[in-house]
Amino acid sequence: MDAEKAPVADWKTDFDHTHPDYAANAHQIWDDLREECPVAHSDRFGGMWLPTRHEDIAAIAKNEDGLYTSRGVVVSEIPPDVPAPIGYAPPITSDAPFHAPARKLLLGPFAPRQIEALEPFTRECCNSLMDVALAKSGEQGWFDAAIDYSQNIPVRVIAHMLGLPPEDGDKFRRFIHNIIENPVQRDIPEEDTVEWYFDQQIAQRRANPKPPGEGDLIDHLLSVEIFGEPLGQEHVRGTVVLLLVAGIDTTWSSIGSAIWHLAQNPDDLARYRDDPAVRPFAIEEFLRAYAPVTMARMVAEDHELHGCPMKKDDWVLLPFPAGNRDPEAFEDADQFIIDRQKNRHGAFGLGIHRCLGSNLARMELSVALDVFVERAHDFSLVDPATVRFSTGQIRGPRELPVCVNPNM
Amino acid sequence: MKINYNRELCQGHNRCYMLAPEIFDVDDEGYAVLKIEGEIPAELHDKAQLCVDNCPEYAIELTE
Repeated sequence: MDAEKAPVADWKTDFDHTHPDYAANAHQIWDDLREECPVAHSDRFGGMWLPTRHEDIAAIAKNEDGLYTSRGVVVSEIPPDVPAPIGYAPPITSDAPFHAPARKLLLGPFAPRQIEALEPFTRECCNSLMDVALAKSGEQGWFDAAIDYSQNIPVRVIAHMLGLPPEDGDKFRRFIHNIIENPVQRDIPEEDTVEWYFDQQIAQRRANPKPPGEGDLIDHLLSVEIFGEPLGQEHVRGTVVLLLVAGIDTTWSSIGSAIWHLAQNPDDLARYRDDPAVRPFAIEEFLRAYAPVTMARMVAEDHELHGCPMKKDDWVLLPFPAGNRDPEAFEDADQFIIDRQKNRHGAFGLGIHRCLGSNLARMELSVALDVFVERAHDFSLVDPATVRFSTGQIRGPRELPVCVNPNM
Repeated sequence: MKINYNRELCQGHNRCYMLAPEIFDVDDEGYAVLKIEGEIPAELHDKAQLCVDNCPEYAIELTE
């Protein structure tokens, strides 16, 4: 389905994060670049940069000198046409001075205590998915932990938060595929676009307003104000699309990567299953070692970074997972240490754009793994060769066939 | 041992709150709130160190 990508001649000068070779070898590519060429370049997608050292990634993410803009966060052939400081999906695409007030509108619904309240719903989703997955496993001897399990969890939870029909899950995944995994724009019928879908949803809520505190997240966005005015239609829609897109592929990837790791490391699986005290540390170590998200920025002003000429409107990728594996920042950075005590990972980004949904993602990852190990108990990969990792800026297994091992 | 928490640097990762709810709470927007302004009791020293070692934004320090 994806167009054939030109082979990469040299990762230092011609890298392509959407190439299948990148998906298959990302850890090695980052380690090599970090040693040899800490800021790689490519002419693809109109020109882009790839820093791989934690220090550089953190500095660009924090953007204290305003050299970068967030108006583009997903690399594409056609640069986004909504200018800074608002961008097409506030607050992730927003810069100062718009960013902080736009973000503040959403902090409350994603704060830890609000998210804790969603735990029982999440657990129920995970259990019902495991009912089906284990039945399938009983019939055919295996199931796909990415397709039958992980991918469905964040879809159901965010659809619940946004008040969307759960049966629209496949539709959401198609939207997301078009936006993230397939960034080259193609002609799509209007009714199949995410914009059209959410305009309908927003119009329904405008027609039936709910009292404050009783609605879903879309009602919330329609009830709040920024700079003394209700949010514009574009802002509401952009934010809703953001909440849908940002929460699904990412969390799905994170859950899948953790299952992928446990399926291949029986000692870590036993420890995770049998020692609840290690779980909070293990969750952060999964997030560090298998961080799914590489964010993007655009250069706002010409400048040099380690001698590299960064030109206005060049893309800059922020591979947080590469930073998380930098030996300058983490001891035994290439090792998975299930009870790692010092772990300042940047899986959720660093600085003012810290993932708004981090509490939700962490809760989903934690509940999903708890239910998975409780129900599957002991499991392994059917065959490492049948696992397929995604291409693009969100990294995680898209096909993950596992088999449940019989209990002793 | 005391904790020096810099609210300006905090981005609401909530790592400290998860590791040591005895020491940190969170506000309605998810930013950390230090619960112990003075001396940290000896039994919480290890947890205080964990908060420091897991803050991605370097917003927490220990002082004598």
